[in-house]
Amino acid sequence: MQGTKDSIESWDLVIEPKSKWYDLQLSEILRYKDLLFLFVRRDFVSLYKQTILGPLWFFIQPIITSITFTVIFGNLAKISTDGLPQILFYMCGVTLWTYFSDTLTKTSDTFTSNAHIFGKVYFPRMIVPLSVVVSNLIKLGVQFILFILVWLYYLMSGDSLNPNSALLLVPFLIILMGFLGLSFGIIISSLTTKYRDLKFLVVFGVQLLMYASPIVYPLSIVPDKYRWMILANPVTSIIETFKYAFLGVGEFNWMHLAYSFGFTLVLFILGLIIFHRVEKSFMDTV
Amino acid sequence: MSNIVLKAENISKQYRLGQLGTGTISHDLNRAWAKLRGKEDPYLKVGEANDRSKAGGSDYVWSLKDINFEVKQGEVLGIIGKNGAGKSTLLKILSQVTTPTTGQVKVKGRIASLLEVGTGFHPDLSGRENIFLNGAILGMSKAEIKSKLEEIVDFSGVAKYLDTPVKRYSSGMMVRLGFAVAAHLEPEILIVDEVLAVGDAEFQKKCLGKMKDVSGQGRTVLFVSHNMSSIKSLCNKCLYLKYGETKSIGDTSKIIEQYFNEEIAVLSNGLIPENLSTHNTGDAKFKNFVVTNLAGTPVDTLYYEQGFNVEMEVAVGRDIEKAILDFSISTSDNRFSYTSTFDIKKDYLAVKKGKLIIKMKLKPVLLPGTYSFNLGIHDMSNTGLTLDFVEGIGLITVLDLTEDGKEKYPLGVSLGNLRVDADWEIRNI
Repeated sequence: MQGTKDSIESWDLVIEPKSKWYDLQLSEILRYKDLLFLFVRRDFVSLYKQTILGPLWFFIQPIITSITFTVIFGNLAKISTDGLPQILFYMCGVTLWTYFSDTLTKTSDTFTSNAHIFGKVYFPRMIVPLSVVVSNLIKLGVQFILFILVWLYYLMSGDSLNPNSALLLVPFLIILMGFLGLSFGIIISSLTTKYRDLKFLVVFGVQLLMYASPIVYPLSIVPDKYRWMILANPVTSIIETFKYAFLGVGEFNWMHLAYSFGFTLVLFILGLIIFHRVEKSFMDTV
Repeated sequence: MSNIVLKAENISKQYRLGQLGTGTISHDLNRAWAKLRGKEDPYLKVGEANDRSKAGGSDYVWSLKDINFEVKQGEVLGIIGKNGAGKSTLLKILSQVTTPTTGQVKVKGRIASLLEVGTGFHPDLSGRENIFLNGAILGMSKAEIKSKLEEIVDFSGVAKYLDTPVKRYSSGMMVRLGFAVAAHLEPEILIVDEVLAVGDAEFQKKCLGKMKDVSGQGRTVLFVSHNMSSIKSLCNKCLYLKYGETKSIGDTSKIIEQYFNEEIAVLSNGLIPENLSTHNTGDAKFKNFVVTNLAGTPVDTLYYEQGFNVEMEVAVGRDIEKAILDFSISTSDNRFSYTSTFDIKKDYLAVKKGKLIIKMKLKPVLLPGTYSFNLGIHDMSNTGLTLDFVEGIGLITVLDLTEDGKEKYPLGVSLGNLRVDADWEIRNI
């Protein structure tokens, strides 16, 4: 919090109608870091309370999705997987995609679903979406292990996988994916406080976005006519690089990756500014 | 003066009335256009004082207007006013839940607000886990909570259930736990809403005691309540709000006296002023209200054990198929102490457009003290829509002497407000 100088005395906090757009009060978030981790803990503890399988659901989700994709897109629709084992190909895309889509959908209702808490107590609102990112990061970690096991199995059994030095980029890809989901999420959540229409858009928008990303098909089979459209999607190059790193097929292009990075950066800064504007007075419109 | 820890300067808050979401885009565009041309926000000019009983011409309303006050370190400031006077809005601004439309608040030191106890409790988590969660939401660090955990558990009195999910708790236990966490916050400034209205008498006493401790330690407290007796016992200074504006600020007992004079209308001729309704749809309106003794003479003083009549008149603007009427008596600290409802159990009352004349005969149940009355008429075919509700009219005083002067209420202070007949069975063995 910025101490503002009064002519005689200094104040620790000044509550004003509007703050400067660049004054994002990020240091406040550090002060509340304990809360962030308690929210993460709450999410995990409460998620699988009173379930029989408990954390096993973390594994079941990607497995069932990958199997479904294998049956429908691989066997029925016979979409190419660039010659890779289908289950591995789908799991590769699904693991990273789930992280992105979960982050986006869960952060996109930050304001509306936490209105009861936000209406009573002040803390930096950004803590809530950040805790969602961390929760999903942990979930991704677990699902990533599963993917690695399947990957190792195929690697050992002599399939022609070509893991390469792009593997070094994987942590960066994961961070980028998280921030992209978060940026979309906080922008949507800020706008839904006033215009609820967006809430409906999120559900099928995310689904549409998945088909506009190379999850169930490789980028290589996209006709040249439509390629630019798929490439304009910032998710595309992240997924393609991820696949390239582990499987050796797919496209790896620094330019495309730089585009995704730039897109995410701009979107994130924009998101922070909008979010910060809305958090101060959203209680009046929600 | 350097020991001023909170200073509010010209705070105002404007709200938009009516259905949110209709026409907001056009208003937003209008605003943006005005801003672009360097003009003032067109919607900030309109708006009127927040008098709910009058239907205003404008879509915007000032729920707070030009509030100025200062609080010194160690002071306990009470904030009073009727429902809708802007107390909650002021609290929301002070606790940073929302921003003022204009003006600013300057604060020195850490500020924590208690608008609710147990905010953010998760039903599936255990009591212990919720202590940490709730504490962190209120702004404590994990280490801070850990060091106070024992005290918090002790204070709450739920040690036995600490590892049980809070959804198994009774509501009372939940409140205790929530307050226990809050009570161990150590901010320089504490803002408290009427959270004390919950819990049993013993617990309320404990809470009030804790708040006295807090102020005794040199910390500053802002306390909002309807309960004049707790305001009186806690606060040394009082801010009285009416229709979103500062009515007065100063010494507690003086302000409370003014509050009673202003808010409780003594009806000499029985006419109810237009602006007394807290809810009004325009379909019905209480016009007249008179308290009389059994002989029919209007009175404002009753003897102990004296029965009385009330007579009222309602102007009804449309047919109401299923109406109920309610009549209640409030004590001087604004608590309901007696309610009688017609006709909630049997078929509802069918009312035709025109005039309703109501006469009630009341048994001598009131103990000595000062009371006021509240009247309501509701439409049950419309999920209990309140057509008119009038609060705090017709101040009466019940003396501690019977009418013939022979008997006196036996105790020095009234124990409670009502005298209830009971069948006693006593055996002495």
